[in-house]
Amino acid sequence: MGLNKKDVTLLIIVAILCLFAPFILNPFPEGSAMAQFNAGYPDLMQRLVIFGIFAIGFNILFGLTGYLSFGHAAFLGVGSYAAIWMMKLLTMNVIPAIIISVLVAGLFSLLVGWISLRRSGIYFSILTLAFAQMSYSLAYSVLTPITGGETGLQPKVNDPRILDGALAAGETPRANLFGLQMNESYEMAVGGWVFTFNAGYYMAAVVMLIAFYISIRIFRSPFGMMLRAVKSNQQRLNYTGLNAKPYTLAAFVISGMYAGLAGGLLVAMDTQVGAERMFWTASGEVVLMTILGGAGTLIGPVLGAGFIKYMENIVSKINKSILEQWFAFMPDGIEDLLITLVYPFIGKGWHLTLGILFMLVVIFLPGGLVEGGQRVGRLFKRKKPADDKPDGRTTPAE
Amino acid sequence: MSNTKLTRRGLIKTGAVAGAAGLALPTYLRADGHAGFLNAPTGDTVTLGFNVPQSGPYADEGADELRAYELAVEHLNGEGDGGLMNTFTSKALQGNGILGKKVEYVTGDTQTKSDAARASAKSMIEKDGAIMITGGSSSGVAVAVQALCQEAGVIFMAGLTHSNDTTGKDRRANGFRHFFNSYMSGAALAPVLQNAYGSDRKAYHLTADYNWGYTTEEAVRTSTEAMGWETVNTVLTPLTQTDFSSYIAPVLQSGADVLVLNHYGGNMVNSLTNAVQFGLRDKQVNGKNFEIVVPLYSRLMAKGAGANVKGIFGSTNWHWSLQDEGSKAFVQSFGTKYGFPPSQAAHTCYVQALLYADAVERAGSFNPCAVVEALEGFEFDGMGNGPTLYRAEDHQCFKDVLVVKGKENPTSEFDLLEIVEVTPVEQVTYAPDHPQFAGGSLGTCNPGA
Repeated sequence: MGLNKKDVTLLIIVAILCLFAPFILNPFPEGSAMAQFNAGYPDLMQRLVIFGIFAIGFNILFGLTGYLSFGHAAFLGVGSYAAIWMMKLLTMNVIPAIIISVLVAGLFSLLVGWISLRRSGIYFSILTLAFAQMSYSLAYSVLTPITGGETGLQPKVNDPRILDGALAAGETPRANLFGLQMNESYEMAVGGWVFTFNAGYYMAAVVMLIAFYISIRIFRSPFGMMLRAVKSNQQRLNYTGLNAKPYTLAAFVISGMYAGLAGGLLVAMDTQVGAERMFWTASGEVVLMTILGGAGTLIGPVLGAGFIKYMENIVSKINKSILEQWFAFMPDGIEDLLITLVYPFIGKGWHLTLGILFMLVVIFLPGGLVEGGQRVGRLFKRKKPADDKPDGRTTPAE
Repeated sequence: MSNTKLTRRGLIKTGAVAGAAGLALPTYLRADGHAGFLNAPTGDTVTLGFNVPQSGPYADEGADELRAYELAVEHLNGEGDGGLMNTFTSKALQGNGILGKKVEYVTGDTQTKSDAARASAKSMIEKDGAIMITGGSSSGVAVAVQALCQEAGVIFMAGLTHSNDTTGKDRRANGFRHFFNSYMSGAALAPVLQNAYGSDRKAYHLTADYNWGYTTEEAVRTSTEAMGWETVNTVLTPLTQTDFSSYIAPVLQSGADVLVLNHYGGNMVNSLTNAVQFGLRDKQVNGKNFEIVVPLYSRLMAKGAGANVKGIFGSTNWHWSLQDEGSKAFVQSFGTKYGFPPSQAAHTCYVQALLYADAVERAGSFNPCAVVEALEGFEFDGMGNGPTLYRAEDHQCFKDVLVVKGKENPTSEFDLLEIVEVTPVEQVTYAPDHPQFAGGSLGTCNPGA
């Protein structure tokens, strides 16, 4: 496959994690107090891998070239809109939708990149941010006939769908892969546990593995080397007579296409697009994911994406009555005290918890979660420092 | 600690344990399978999903909605004073949960983003086994979650959503709205405005540049033009705008003598404050006093705009100062629990929760299709809005609409609006295929199995 042994191992590990995610994410038996923390339900598993793709793509730009795009959500959104229009006009099969979402996002990122890459550093970030906010505002108001504005777009019973046959009476259009519906699941009950295997999740996971493989190849290729050169010293690169722009533009478009792919998959899993998908906080989120996981590392962005989506979906759903359940066994005074102390960090306070964790990671693990993993790994095994890294660890990307 | 949450999954689990007696034998089943409809409650509890904005611009309303839901659950389970269950004309609810099952609930944060709202609703349906989703404080979210519930096969009881589209072009068989809409605001306001300001007026609209803004502007414009007003100009303002001075200045040159602010929340607070600061209300144009109108009012907005709302007309779904038995009972029981009167968002959410529970009782089943049947064409009273009809054609509630005015001498921070007129339901009723609502179809109910 053109990979070295280490990368093959990494790819296999990721594949195994994806395959067994329904087990890994559901460690607690149903009905137990800890079941709150289970994440093995289809919607979240789908989001974990899809935002993984988004972050992998972002990392190709940010991790390799160092160009910090603050408007990547625009490509995700454009991809989503393209995908839903394919579903409305052509067919509910997800394949055309995903292909077109990648293409449209690619074209849009070519335009944005071509303009934005005239500048670097903070000016580049601001330009991309401006484009993304512009797309958001357009989608939210001016382009309402195409984007549905505030209410967004969903497939409707009376859409044309020229490739699909007519729906049976009372049937709603559902996203499918040649007849296999994306929301179809099988549940397996083992003892106290219930594991859900969802068709859509496995499709997204396969796409994610392909995306991950391509990303490894890019990281290890001469092209990836050039991108790293751009990051370490673009001026020096220019003085050697090389024009860096085609490389950075290519990286920008590739990562835009990754974002479009993620957008298309989001629509394939949950057939709805809203303009908020392009809001600047969404662009900020992917930056957080990448930095949290470890920018410039292969697996980091996926971990970061998983971490943030987990917090968003699990911590935000803990409410006061659940806290009361947890602490019910304690004496009244202590129970109230604990609830008062913990309450600000759960439910609507999940942003606060995420913020604190992000700060801790940035301060104590500048290389992100990946560095954390490496440190833990070093605690357990002493091995000789590798030749090319004298201190025996991967230098984090700045 | 808590093994009380028996869900469909719980039963599967128990069955598997009993059957296998320690042997881990996997049982394969279709996810949305074997009980006739999705998430059928099998134990002695039933789970409802309360999906409200806990962060973002409408977090205040979301917090009030959640309070109302908690109160509703209390009353359904027979705790507290029973609230509106005492005044509700349907007596199916016993105070022993729903169909004898204790009501439990899960909460989520919509963040007032349709993506986040759907993710949160999906996790309630897929993970927590919620049989009904309710809440929300914006039409975008309502439409998105309603479509999701239709696909998944659970009931959606909309919270605060005022855009025509929710029960217009985006109506769904599994979705129901108790709150009123833009059309009703326009129809209710027009006669009151005619009485107060005459029928020879020139109106200038500032409209928030998104879906709800468009439908509200259209509704108000059509209604006021029908009684003789002229619309001088309509200008769209970006949703994120905080300073409206550049939009207010041209109003004075336009020759208009009424300014209609189709804004909600923070937008309205800012635009109204700007307009008043520009001295618009002290001006004389065409020999008449310059007036300002705000189609959709809420108490939280009135609070934000402070003294600027004095004497300004608008419409609202419900107000705590209403003196009918239902409203008094609700204010009483909400006030006892939380120490202040409920907002209209709280009221509509509370009523929706009760209406759902009542429909299940009357249908004798949690099956969404049975619930849809029980709610369609359902007539009731005693919920604070007078006699109300859940129309079968579009799942919209038809009831009286309140026209309110900013109070001149408020006595407390909650006493900001006074009721000018209760517009009777006949005046705000429209045909299900009215042009402002055209293009939608309910489809058929989906039980998810």
